[in-house]
Amino acid sequence: MQDTMGYVHSVETGGTVDGPGLRYIVFTSGCPLRCLYCHNPDTLKLKAGNQSSAYELLKDISTYRTYFETGGGGLTVSGGEPMAQKEFLKTLLWGCNQMGVHTTVDTSGYLHANLDDETIDMADLYLLDIKSWVPETYKKVTGVEIGPTLEFAKRLEKMEKDVWIRFVLVPGLTDAPENVEGVAKFVSQLGNVKRVDVLPFHKMGEHKWQSMGKSYQLKDTREPTAEETEAAKDTFRKYGLDVH
Amino acid sequence: MGVHQNIEKAAAATLPFLAEDGPKAYAGFKKGDWNKEIDVRNFIQLNYTPYEGADDFLAGPTAATTKLWDAVLELMKEENKKGVLDADTEVVSSIVSHAPGYINKDLEKIVGLQTDAPLKRALMPYGGLKMAVAALESNGYKISEKTAEIFQKHRKTHNDGVFDIYTPEIRRARSAGIVTGLPDAYGRGRIIGDYRRVALYGIDKLMEDKKAQHASLDGNVLSEETLRLREEISEQYRSLAELKEMGAAHGFDIGRPAENAQEAIQWLYLGYLAAIKEQNGAAMSLGRTTTFLDIYIQRDLDNGIITEAEAQELMDHFVMKLRMVRFMRTPDYNALFSGDPVWVTESIGGMGIDGRTLVTKSSFRVLQTLINLGPAPEPNLTVLWSEHMPKGFKDYCSKVSIETSSVQYENDDLMRRYWGDDYGIACCVSAMRIGKQMQFFGARANLAKAMLYAINGGIDEKTGKQVGPQARPITGDVLEWDELEPLYDQMLDWIAKVYVQALNCIHFSHDKYNYERVEMALHDRDILRTMACGIAGLSVVADSISAIKNTKVKIVRNDEGLAVDYEVEGDFPCFGNNDDSVDVIAEDIMKKFMDKIRNQPMYRNATPTQSVLTITSNVVYGKKTGSTPDGRKAGEPFAPGANPMHGRDKKGALASMKSLCKLPYEDSQDGISYTFSIIPGALGKDEAERINNLSNLLDGYMHDMGHHINVNVFDRKTLEDAMEHPELYPQLTVRVSGYAVNFVKLTREQQMDVINRTFHGQR
Repeated sequence: MQDTMGYVHSVETGGTVDGPGLRYIVFTSGCPLRCLYCHNPDTLKLKAGNQSSAYELLKDISTYRTYFETGGGGLTVSGGEPMAQKEFLKTLLWGCNQMGVHTTVDTSGYLHANLDDETIDMADLYLLDIKSWVPETYKKVTGVEIGPTLEFAKRLEKMEKDVWIRFVLVPGLTDAPENVEGVAKFVSQLGNVKRVDVLPFHKMGEHKWQSMGKSYQLKDTREPTAEETEAAKDTFRKYGLDVH
Repeated sequence: MGVHQNIEKAAAATLPFLAEDGPKAYAGFKKGDWNKEIDVRNFIQLNYTPYEGADDFLAGPTAATTKLWDAVLELMKEENKKGVLDADTEVVSSIVSHAPGYINKDLEKIVGLQTDAPLKRALMPYGGLKMAVAALESNGYKISEKTAEIFQKHRKTHNDGVFDIYTPEIRRARSAGIVTGLPDAYGRGRIIGDYRRVALYGIDKLMEDKKAQHASLDGNVLSEETLRLREEISEQYRSLAELKEMGAAHGFDIGRPAENAQEAIQWLYLGYLAAIKEQNGAAMSLGRTTTFLDIYIQRDLDNGIITEAEAQELMDHFVMKLRMVRFMRTPDYNALFSGDPVWVTESIGGMGIDGRTLVTKSSFRVLQTLINLGPAPEPNLTVLWSEHMPKGFKDYCSKVSIETSSVQYENDDLMRRYWGDDYGIACCVSAMRIGKQMQFFGARANLAKAMLYAINGGIDEKTGKQVGPQARPITGDVLEWDELEPLYDQMLDWIAKVYVQALNCIHFSHDKYNYERVEMALHDRDILRTMACGIAGLSVVADSISAIKNTKVKIVRNDEGLAVDYEVEGDFPCFGNNDDSVDVIAEDIMKKFMDKIRNQPMYRNATPTQSVLTITSNVVYGKKTGSTPDGRKAGEPFAPGANPMHGRDKKGALASMKSLCKLPYEDSQDGISYTFSIIPGALGKDEAERINNLSNLLDGYMHDMGHHINVNVFDRKTLEDAMEHPELYPQLTVRVSGYAVNFVKLTREQQMDVINRTFHGQR
């Protein structure tokens, strides 16, 4: 495969919460969603990132293979929305496949239709963010429709790709019982979901919105209590899911 | 003699031909070379029980342990308020200077204190009277006139000796702070007696051996070297007699070998106690004792003499004593090495050269003290990490690290190649074969300041004085590496020379006036000596050179034309991001300076080594150094040890580690220190994930031949809260370069330095 250039916001070596083991995380820039709670708003615009060569990144990734081997880790492409730069994503996944490095893609799935099955199949694991179940809520949270995400979930099931589901719990926004329950029920019916992460909303991204001169709409929203987070997790557990 | 009596007793008890062939102390032990000569390693190899399981056998604290520790905590609380709980102002400390002291005699399973009362600090003026007097005075005490007079009129100290022989050039370099922290007014430390010998052989046998060593030199040509050795062995012999006397004062006959676990720990501890009564060395490390002790503990467990709870109790009580070691220090010393450190370093785990793990149940037990008694900086628990160690032990280490931030790790797979499988760590990162090797501690040279001297033609950027050799300064407005490189090289030549000269003066004098009698008594006759040089400011230098090469660095001059600040235009690669273009610079500087050290003549034919370690002195070095071409402003701290500069490692934990792993151990055999801080959430979502990920991080780092790593797991908020409410965090322990401290005991500047470092995972 040819080298491809892509816009990259930053790189983090040694991440542990975006996939199994110790991970090399490439944060691409550019995202079609406008999630109210986005904690990386500085990655929303494609050209906010730096032009980077996939080959150069792969070369760098190769130097961390020891850590991937001892820890079952690998590459995670996150963002932004990785699928916004499909050729770049494909090159990164292809390179890691060639090196035997485990690959994970962290995505909302909104743009999945742009990617062919060959590319989708190159990742070992998907972290699929289902931001809401109730369509109106989904639209309110993200600015876009829920349809493509659910389609992608089914596409991954059909392709037998491993999936971890992520759900961000925001008081007063995503925490309505029918909203949580809806995601849980849908997810439990898929045969390929290995794990669910319920992520309590936090405001660590707030300063980024401010420094970008944008208003942060959740500034008065509180973080969920430990009990509330646990209750949401229980909803998922009720459906027999492995929840973290 | 004790040995013979025991044999007779054993023989008399049964038929002579069925009697055990050896003293009761050795019943059940496999015999070997260790019975013919002093050889502790051979004893360990023949008798230890490797443990490959998990931590589920461990016991919590006994009621006695909790009660005793509560009493110690009370004393420590009092001490924290006053700075020093009590100090002796008259009696010069020696092995037998004080009557035994106790905390609560009925509860203490292991006894012995440095003076006659807990946490009362001893008077130790052999290193330097001025230092001893200043230490007392800064804490509101006054030395007895009689005692002071002895050292003013009749007995010369190490400090006096050094200043008799220092050259003016050395003095200039010293006061400018281009070489700092030199042990010229205090005990050099970093010598580890093989305290296990006391337990295994008993003092009588060790004295016999010293006698034989002395006699072995009878026929030699009486060269200066032989004369000195004969005198030293005589001193060693005498110190052993005192050690035996000190044991007797506590009610023990340590002339004979230890017969059970409690005795083994007690005997070993008394050996160590003798050392810390005689020396207030900068680091008084314990060695590698737990797997040795495990042999006795396991034997007692097998024979039903003790239970697991009792075994843990012995370990807890032993460690409690090690937590109570204190020395009188001056404010100057504390500025360099903050938080009352003594570096009671204990090396744990590792692998044997035969492929068996040296992890035993007691490797777990000693770490368990951090759970039973809570976190603490001392003893400086150091795991000799090998990729091949059992997973159960690795995960237990990670678990304890995550919970307490009190453990450091050093690469056994790397060091075993150099030092075999019975070495221990002195101080922070200095490996030495136990009982067979010592080092001449040499603090460090400031390579960042040396670069400023090169720019200014040997004139100190802070004082304007000519300290270095008069050389051609840089006169242009912009720094060019081609111009600076040869000047820097010459300046490093000069520093290497002056630095090693200073160390030769210091150790010549220390051997003469402050000789470590009892520590050396627990060594072989012929040992390897290393001259342990060190460097500070490695990442500052690497980043400065990178800035000069990759951007425009403009010189800002003061009215006298001296370069005092720099303006850096543009970005440049920084050390700590796994970027070869700058990592190689760090590597080259290390090699280059080591080679310059190697060219110098060494006192006592010592083997030169070097470390990249600052402990907390990175703050003081920073204070003494003007602005540097990497954009660091005058007075700002250096990064500790070999760390990347604060906040400049931007690619995460693995990239930072990768850069560290490139630094060559062969050119830094005295150790390369790396302090790593990570927030708990960045290690994983739950405890099981965090443990697993930390074990994997350590495996990867060691696989890539990283040498040392301090692991801190907490977030910045905790530290900030501890600064505001120190009373709520009496035991909050933080790993700094090479050792651990109580965070609340650091100076405010040092606390800020810790808070400002890179916390991986904190965005």
